[in-house]
Formats: sequence, structure tokens, C-alpha cells
Amino acid sequence: MSQIEEVTLDGMTHLFSDRALQGETMLLNMGPQHPSTHGVLRLLLELDGETVLNAIPDVGYLHTGIEKNMEAKTYQKAEVMTDRMDYMNPIGNNLAYCLAVEKLVGLDVPVRAQALRVILAELQRISSHLVWLGTSALDLAAMSDFMYCFRERETILNIFELVSGQRMMTTYVRPGGVWRDVPVEFEAAVRNLLKIMPKRIDEYESLLTKNPLFIDRTAGIGKISAEDAVNWGLTGATLRGSGVNYDVRKFAPYSGYELYDFEVPLRTEGDVRARYIVRVAEIRQSIRIIQQAMDKLPMGPVRSNNYKFVPPPRSEIGTSMEALIHHFKLWTEGFNAPRGYVYSAVESPRGELGVYLESDGGPKPFRVHFRTPSFDNLQVLPVMAKGFLVADLVAIIGSVDIVLGDIDR
Amino acid sequence: MSENLSTIIETMVKRFDGQTTEFAGETSLTLPVEKIAEAAKVLHDEFGFDLLSDITAVDYWPEENPRFHLYYRFTSIPNRQTLNVRAPVPATSASAPSVESIYHAANWHEREVYDMFGIKFEGNSDLRRILMPHDWEGHPLRKDYPLGYEEPQFSFNFEEIDVRKPHAKNRSGE
Repeated sequence: MSQIEEVTLDGMTHLFSDRALQGETMLLNMGPQHPSTHGVLRLLLELDGETVLNAIPDVGYLHTGIEKNMEAKTYQKAEVMTDRMDYMNPIGNNLAYCLAVEKLVGLDVPVRAQALRVILAELQRISSHLVWLGTSALDLAAMSDFMYCFRERETILNIFELVSGQRMMTTYVRPGGVWRDVPVEFEAAVRNLLKIMPKRIDEYESLLTKNPLFIDRTAGIGKISAEDAVNWGLTGATLRGSGVNYDVRKFAPYSGYELYDFEVPLRTEGDVRARYIVRVAEIRQSIRIIQQAMDKLPMGPVRSNNYKFVPPPRSEIGTSMEALIHHFKLWTEGFNAPRGYVYSAVESPRGELGVYLESDGGPKPFRVHFRTPSFDNLQVLPVMAKGFLVADLVAIIGSVDIVLGDIDR
Repeated sequence: MSENLSTIIETMVKRFDGQTTEFAGETSLTLPVEKIAEAAKVLHDEFGFDLLSDITAVDYWPEENPRFHLYYRFTSIPNRQTLNVRAPVPATSASAPSVESIYHAANWHEREVYDMFGIKFEGNSDLRRILMPHDWEGHPLRKDYPLGYEEPQFSFNFEEIDVRKPHAKNRSGE
């Protein structure tokens, strides 16, 4: 039988004040099974009455050793695991990983594939922000938004199903391009979404933005200054809510983001409300990007024709000896990447998602590391929560938009 | 690489006795591990690298000296620059100075490296395991740590396998 050691506070005493050790303040567990922690997050709270003096996150409940597992798989086969990290952003994770692989081996991507990647990554951003908007409003007892947001999210997931056959774990983006070209129904489905979305966002906003109850629960709560936010490694909307203009799509454009005209929404208050406004504005910007990308979506191949790294199309396998050899080699041995390492970053819905990829010259990654935005965004929680009420803590966790799969990997 | 970044790298190489390597269009700086905190302070205060994007490590076992490489990624938001810094760490004294006093963000990243590789960071205020259970033995991302597989249990042999199935935490020495 397995033995489970009793968890004690020994070795954690340095995290609390002396008052807690003398029993003047209360130590309380929140989670790991708590509806407002958005997954399996455990918080160890030090409370003085209702006031939070300290909130220490305890993570790792979802740790699945993805980084270790990837070292045992070839570059193509390791990709499916990236979907499972940040389950709100599978396409973004695929994209981050593929960009790293492409940078490592020096692979070019056709323009149509780049545009499709942008469209799908932005759709994913919208769907992720919708889940965030719905659930974080639900934490503050605004029930209706949740229903509306999930209705639109469904439309987006249907588009993913249309292009890849999967609603969530798509693995649609592949090294050297995308899996296959989009079906003919794709354009109509996206155009339809673009048409309804702006009105729907107005609808969500009419329920929340000027709602006095919502303002009371969010304005001035969980404040963090711009300097602190950068120093704590915050990225994404959480950082931009504090007025720091850092968006990887503008900072170091990838996959052709420099071709599109969009703004980076900023607020300077640094509170829960600022982060809410920034995210809602980001949905509108994403719609702008998709609109432009759809309008000038180029025709052409969607996969690189460098068959040393990208499997040849099935139709060629029956007629070309070389194609058959490439196909066989790629799916048994994989491709060898040159010795070296790269770091490449994308803007996930939560912030900078970086991939560190090192090769020892063989067909399997020597080391893969994911710099995940939720990991950095969560560690600032004690700073944000200090001095606020337990009820506000729920609003703060919601506003940071963490995904535990992203933290624990 | 911008003009400015190459000057920064040159200055750092001279001041901290470093080396440079180039791959895939990016230059990275290799510094002695004991000077990493000092170097981070210079990067933060003098060269405006205000964001510490990432810290991670790589294990080159069975190499002994250096067995590990620490990898730091610095970003300067106002100057639009990024800098890769590596620091070799020997197997015999797997430790490095913490940069937490300069970048708060380092706290959890250093805990993760400690958890996964067993590299100790001197000066980190809270060096506990972060992802693995607190009583776990071994450091999973080291190359001499086995990947580990579980015997699949079916209804006809469930009990039989359950008896000899080790508890996860007993598997590290396999």
C-alpha cells in the first residue's frame, strides 16, 4: 500500500509572519478543489479576519512531465503533447513549438500557411478570452455572461473541428506549415463569426462594463504597479493592464503579424477592472486581425516542400520512389536537427509563451522547456492579494487568467 | 542583431570574462556561473533589461565538468532587445547565485530548476520543490533519471499487478 505523508507546515514557516505561528492569525487552505481557482490550484492563506495577509500558491497537481516525455519522442511526435499543456490555447502552443523547430532547422513556411496560422491563433485567442470572461464573471456572480460566452466559443470550436477534425487538441499547425488546407466551408464560417462577434461583445459589455456591482468588485482591487509587474515577470494582458506596452506580436513579430494593422490595448490602473477592459479590447483587435488576414488570404501551398523535414503529400507516395523514402524515413527515424539551441516566443492569450529547444544533432529534442505565461503570472499573486478580502481574492485569481495545465506542464 | 546589442555583449565579455557563441542568427553569452548575479545586476541597472523572461537548465550527463548549463533569457522592453546568457555548472558543486534580489520573477524559475535538476540557488528566499511532491526523491529532468513506464493493468490481471506495482515515489531509484 502506498503511504501518504502528512503535510505539515515545517519548512514553510519562513513564508508566514510570527503572528501566524503564535496563532493570532488564521492559516486556511483554499483549494485544490475550489470552483474559483480555475483548476487544481491550492492556496495557503494567512488571514486576519477577512483580510488576506499572505496567499501562497501551491502548484504541481497537474504536473505530467511533458518536458521529460518530449525528450523521448521525435520532433513531429512530441508536438501532440504541446496541445495538452495550455488546454485553452492548443493552436498557440502548436505554433510556439513549430516556430521553434522551424528556427532550429531553418525551415521556411509558405505564406498561405502563415496567414492560416494567424487566423487560427487569433480565433483561439478569442475563444480563450471568452472562457476567461465567462468564468471570471461567474466568480463574481454574473451568471448570464457565462452562458453567452460559451455560446460564441462553441462557434469557434466548430471552426476548429471543420479544419482539423478536433474541437480542442487540434495539432493542426505542423513544422513547415499546417496539416492540410482548410475546407471550402471555412471562409463562410469565419466570415459569419466576424459578422456576429462585434455585436455580441457589445452585449457582454452591456452586462458588465458599467454595471455598478461589477465596478465595485473590480475597481481598485488587486493593484500592481508597472515596475513591479515587469520585475515579477508578468506578461500578457495582466502586464498591459498596468500600462506596460509589451506584446510579443509587436515586440518580435512572427508568422507575418507585421503585415496586419492592430493596436495593443493598454490601461494604466493595474487593477482587476483594467485587466478586464484590456482583454475585452483584445477580442476586438483579434477580430480586426482575422478580418485583414481573411481579406488578403493568399492562395498556394500550405506546407513546405522541403521533404527532408515535411512529409510529402500522400498522392505522391504512390508514384514517386523518393517521396516514399522520405515518408518512411520521417515517420520511423524522424529528421535530424543541427546541434544548437533556440528560444522562440509567441503571444499566447495569457502572455509570452516561450519555447527553449536544444538539439544534440539527433532526431529527438535534447531538451525542451516551455516558459509558460501562467507560471510567471501566478507567482505574483501574494503581492496582488495582500490587504484585500477573501472575496476579492477570487476576483484577482480570475483577472490573472491562469490555466493550471500551463503552469504544471 | 542591432549595433547596440553587440556593444552590450562586448562590454559583458570584457567585464565578466565571458565568451560568445552564435546559432540561428542569435548570439549568446557564456559567463562563469559565480558571476551570474553580478552580471544580471549590470544588465538590469545599466543596460535596461527589465524583464527576466526565463531561467532553465540543460543536463549534459555523463559529462562532469560542466555537467549542467543554466540558461537565462533577458528582455529589454524599452530598447526592444533580448539577450541569451548561459552559465556552465559543474556536477561536483551544483549551485549558482540567485538573481531573485534583482528580478523577483526568478524565484519560481529557480525553484523549478532546483526541483527538476537539483541545482541549488544561494540566496533564493524559498528554495522548495515546486512541481514535484515535497517528499520526492531525485530530480526528474536529469539525464540519468529514467523516464519510467507503468505496467498496464487489465481486468484479468489488475490485482496481480497492483501488488507488485511500486508507489510513484519509490520508483526514482529504478
